[in-house]
Amino acid sequence: MSTITTSNRKTARPAYARRRESLLPKRWYVHILLWITIFIVGFPLLYAIVVSTQSNAETLSFQATFGSHTRANLETVIVDRNLLRFMWNSTLLAIFVTIGKTILSLLAGLAFVYFRFPGKWLVFGFILITLLMPTEMLIIALFRLVSELEWGNTFWAISVPFLASATGSFLFRQHFANLPSELSEAAQIDGANPLQFLIRVLIPISWNTIGALAVIQFVYMWNQYLWPSLIIKDERIQVVQVGLGALRNAEGSLTYGPMMMGAVIATIPPVVVFILLQRQFMRGFAISRDK
Amino acid sequence: MTFYSNMLPVFIVTVVAGALYIASIFQRFKRPVIYGVGIGAVAGLVGPMIFMAPLDSCTFETGREPIDYWFGIVLFVLGAALLLGAARWVARFWLSGRAIASLVEDQTTMGVYKASPLIPVLLLLPTIIILTFFLYYPLIDTFRLSTLLVKLGAPRTVFRCVTNFTDFFEPGGFDYTALALVLGLVIAFLAYQPLKEAGGSELRAVFIYVSAIVIAFMLLNRIIEPDYREVLFNTFFIASAIVILGLIFGLAIAYLAYQPVRGAFIYRTLLIWPYAISPAIAGIIFFVMFDPVSGVINHIIELLGGEGLDWIRDPWMARAAIIITSVWKTLGYNILFYIAGLQTVPGDLLEAAEIDGANAWQRFRNIIVPALSPITFFLIVTNLTYAFFNIFGTIDFLTKGGPAGATSVSIYEIVELGIRHKDLGRAAAQSIVLFLMVIGVTVFQFRTSGRRVTYGA
Repeated sequence: MSTITTSNRKTARPAYARRRESLLPKRWYVHILLWITIFIVGFPLLYAIVVSTQSNAETLSFQATFGSHTRANLETVIVDRNLLRFMWNSTLLAIFVTIGKTILSLLAGLAFVYFRFPGKWLVFGFILITLLMPTEMLIIALFRLVSELEWGNTFWAISVPFLASATGSFLFRQHFANLPSELSEAAQIDGANPLQFLIRVLIPISWNTIGALAVIQFVYMWNQYLWPSLIIKDERIQVVQVGLGALRNAEGSLTYGPMMMGAVIATIPPVVVFILLQRQFMRGFAISRDK
Repeated sequence: MTFYSNMLPVFIVTVVAGALYIASIFQRFKRPVIYGVGIGAVAGLVGPMIFMAPLDSCTFETGREPIDYWFGIVLFVLGAALLLGAARWVARFWLSGRAIASLVEDQTTMGVYKASPLIPVLLLLPTIIILTFFLYYPLIDTFRLSTLLVKLGAPRTVFRCVTNFTDFFEPGGFDYTALALVLGLVIAFLAYQPLKEAGGSELRAVFIYVSAIVIAFMLLNRIIEPDYREVLFNTFFIASAIVILGLIFGLAIAYLAYQPVRGAFIYRTLLIWPYAISPAIAGIIFFVMFDPVSGVINHIIELLGGEGLDWIRDPWMARAAIIITSVWKTLGYNILFYIAGLQTVPGDLLEAAEIDGANAWQRFRNIIVPALSPITFFLIVTNLTYAFFNIFGTIDFLTKGGPAGATSVSIYEIVELGIRHKDLGRAAAQSIVLFLMVIGVTVFQFRTSGRRVTYGA
């Protein structure tokens, strides 16, 4: 059985961990294997970084060192192709949805754990079933719906449909259910209403779970491609993943440098968010088994 | 809903079958069988209307193609089966004296807010509204659109009954060969369970299982229309390759990164960052790397003494390019979850095995792999979702579905058909097939792994 449970505690290291070295005899061997793996896994990005500094001629001659066109490529990407505009749009989208979804998920988790109400299991099932319904699958009907709402070409079309999710609601439900019940009892004795309880008590002790959800949502929204490419026709509000497509033919023919420059720059924000929140992400998503 | 006289025999079959089925459950619980008969008969009568009422029984009209008629019967029986399945589930709960609500009852009886039920409803309302508007409504609309001839931007629509679905089949594909294959499939399926339970003949059970799958593929090959056959083949071939290779490499690297070495945290960070890369950007980077003339991959192959490969125009190489790119992109995610999973492997078990003289490979194969099976199950589902849907960005940048449709998977085809060729009805029908495949794979996974994902308590 696989569940994603949230925990604020550090995953306890098994006793075996201390003497695991016996599995692979010599440690230097592990280090070398790890570095080789890291190099292979990192190679595409390293190559992209090298090419992003080169002119077409340098790329075509397979020059393995940094090239002379960093500035020119940067200019193509930022001045001619407006990459910063796309980046700004993606940033707005990712932050708006991340915050919105976190709030809605917190509220749903609060309702599921700290309230009894008739038909709770029905609402639970209603949300659970949406796990089987990826937005991509409904893209045809969604496209029609958004067109009918006259939301085409707007920020709302690419953000609002993603504000609620089963994953987020259940993540917080699970997390709150594992907290001691004394918390809410004490809060009720002190006369705190549910919202005060959420803001003053629950949120301050849930940063790991919030961080984990934030990483997933930020990366997920930053990497949105299919939906914005269909619904947004206006360059001024387009997201970066779709905007990169224009770099394919930056100067009438294939130019590798600007293409890779764009790819590398567009990768920085999600990777930075991921690395900054990595510890929260790992702790918030302690994978546990239960029967 | 219109009633045609040729529906009568099918109705009789579903009503009788339903009555017998639910009655048998009541008998097992030693309750009055007559109630079971009644409930089952009603379910057998109402169930078919799930599909027949929205379609207004159009498949039973005179003058329809035989294939429409047969497809209609399948839908008819499916509707009955759905409602009977639900009736069985409810009956079992009810007869065994448990409340359905107990399924999701949480243990927090302490610390519950004693407030009017209005407050939790208000808290859940935004989530429910968004899910209703942007998931449930489009889902229902997808079903509605799939019965229509509807063009993007054109206000007029024409009702097409089930033609959008029967177009997937080869006309004349349903001959005696196909029937024989269906029969073979049913027999193989029925024979599998008793054989497995008999024990000892595990190998024979596997043989029958495999032949059932082979027959199923032959059947599909025989009755599916060629263009759609290729889409289905691409979808499944590319998805299974991504899942299998992704999990093998993910586990191998996670096992390596799990070794207790100095700086393990840094190593892990350097291994899992591709998680944050987008499918589209992975497509762009590998588009440059796979270029047959100027790409660095062919350059490396040539440096090593090999011959450059045509990653763009050769259908198999293009599929390989998509698979390699996607495996690379999902690797970080798989490594992350496998490392987390490895931390739950019971250490005492490994020590005991080591004392008993099991070597490293035996310990890995017999202790670690089984202990990781819940994570593997979780990763199969998430990787499949990736390979079915998120792969769109990679394909759009890397191959654009080419060469000659060799990398056009379902989601790519749906967008091509629906948005670029403006044929919403047929695209909606394909979305439903994809939906059924996702549900089918998930249910199959649940059943074979014998586990359930629970979210709580």
